[in-house]
Amino acid sequence: MAEFWSIYMLPGIIILAQILAIVVPLLLCVAMLTYAERKIMAAMQLRMGPNVVGPFGLLQAFADGAKLFFKETILPTSSNKIIFLIAPMLTFFLSMVAWAVIPFDEGMVVSDINVGILYLFAISSLGVYGIVMAGWASNSKYPFLSALRSAAQMVSYEVSIGFVIITVLLCVGSLNVSDVVQAQADGVWFFIPLFPMFIIFFISALAETNRHPFDLPEAEAELVAGYQVEYSSMTFALFFLGEYANMILMSALTAILFLGGWLPPFDIAPFNWIPGPIWFFLKIAFLLFVFVWVRATLPRYRYDQLMRLGWKVFLPFSLFWVALTAGVLVAFDMVPNS
Amino acid sequence: MIIQGLTFYVFATIAVAAGVMVVSARNPVHSVLFLILTFFTTAALFILIGAEFLAMVLVVVYVGAVAVLFMFVVMMLDINFVEMREGFLQYMPIGVLVGIILLVELLMVLGTASMSPEVLATGTEPIPDLTQRQNTAAIGDVIYTKYIYLFQAAGMILLTAMVGAIVLTLRQRPGVRKQNIGKQVSRRREDSVELKKVQPGQGI
Repeated sequence: MAEFWSIYMLPGIIILAQILAIVVPLLLCVAMLTYAERKIMAAMQLRMGPNVVGPFGLLQAFADGAKLFFKETILPTSSNKIIFLIAPMLTFFLSMVAWAVIPFDEGMVVSDINVGILYLFAISSLGVYGIVMAGWASNSKYPFLSALRSAAQMVSYEVSIGFVIITVLLCVGSLNVSDVVQAQADGVWFFIPLFPMFIIFFISALAETNRHPFDLPEAEAELVAGYQVEYSSMTFALFFLGEYANMILMSALTAILFLGGWLPPFDIAPFNWIPGPIWFFLKIAFLLFVFVWVRATLPRYRYDQLMRLGWKVFLPFSLFWVALTAGVLVAFDMVPNS
Repeated sequence: MIIQGLTFYVFATIAVAAGVMVVSARNPVHSVLFLILTFFTTAALFILIGAEFLAMVLVVVYVGAVAVLFMFVVMMLDINFVEMREGFLQYMPIGVLVGIILLVELLMVLGTASMSPEVLATGTEPIPDLTQRQNTAAIGDVIYTKYIYLFQAAGMILLTAMVGAIVLTLRQRPGVRKQNIGKQVSRRREDSVELKKVQPGQGI
């Protein structure tokens, strides 16, 4: 019995505690992100934004959450009930599991697996299923159109995301997420030598999370709210949480791949007093600010323009850059781990 | 080891059950979803034997890309389920035949492995120990050296298939207005806007 306790129960409890230590702050961050988005957008459009609930409207997100929680979950009669309910859960679940391999500091990671980057790529490529299943199961016009748009859009931009990740991996020589950050500790952060890839990755991340200017799946002007039309109450809330958690995840991934993860900008006195997780958080916050900034600034892409950008601009360019990076690394004998 | 065994049986059971559901589900979209579940549990089985690279590639390629497009097509089909059941008996002999061939092939692989273990040892490329070389690197070691021609040939076949599919489905419709971005960007003020002096009471 004692053996059972020490081998299975104790590690199980530790893992559970680690998961809670990530998921709970993450959900708080999502709540604060929705508030921050509304405040930043308001400031950019010379409005006040939420300012009634709590000091400066800080508790607005929780009020919204409580409201959604007490509403009725409506299941449309002609919908495919099981898939209709699985879809929001899947979206939420996928946006949470990816955090298992994100390192917050040296060694501060739930699961330090060998193929961490591939795992993140796999999880982010699964995100499309939540939307496709929701769109199909709703059995309704707008959600279905939204599902089709979303499927084509996410598959297109994943291709260039894949090539960008390959470029970074060429410079790192490992698929481990912590190694990606460590590789930037000795040299410069990758956004300097791979600047065009950084831009492509960020734009593709916008497309991958269905954010402006690529939010065609939920374009409110033409598709009402896309795949979310038939959802109410907590099913809608799960979509919402998943979407925003995905934004944070893609920002974290950008920070890890290009902005040196938890590393301070200069490894000298005042900078390296600040602990790693705070630097990581600041980088994510900056990238999220850009997400919101883009939303407040740009109009939505037309669908053919979106496809053109993905297939005719990003794909050839990132392919070229993969070849260039590989060539430079071989020519100057800089291949890591060779 | 108990936990590993337990997880293996859980995943294997789910994989087989989902595989059965792929063929027996009435709704084709459900079939695709069960297919995805099968891929996913198979990836989990790959992880259990320590082939984490293959597992992730399986999820990225099959679940993340192939199955999405598959679902994309199946969702748009307008299928009459009653009609679909009608041909069942007619096609069953072929289906059974294919099933039997696959079963025999599987049994042959298993049979040779269990009857003469030395067959397994004839694999020319030794698999390095997990502690020495990660399996991502191990695959890279052979695929780009020893099997480079086969690897490239596989790529060429896929490229040919892709070009073929595009050639078959591409149709040029006359009179469709398309955006020419180069033309738009190279437009100049002089050839699009003209300033005219309009005399009062005359118009142009």
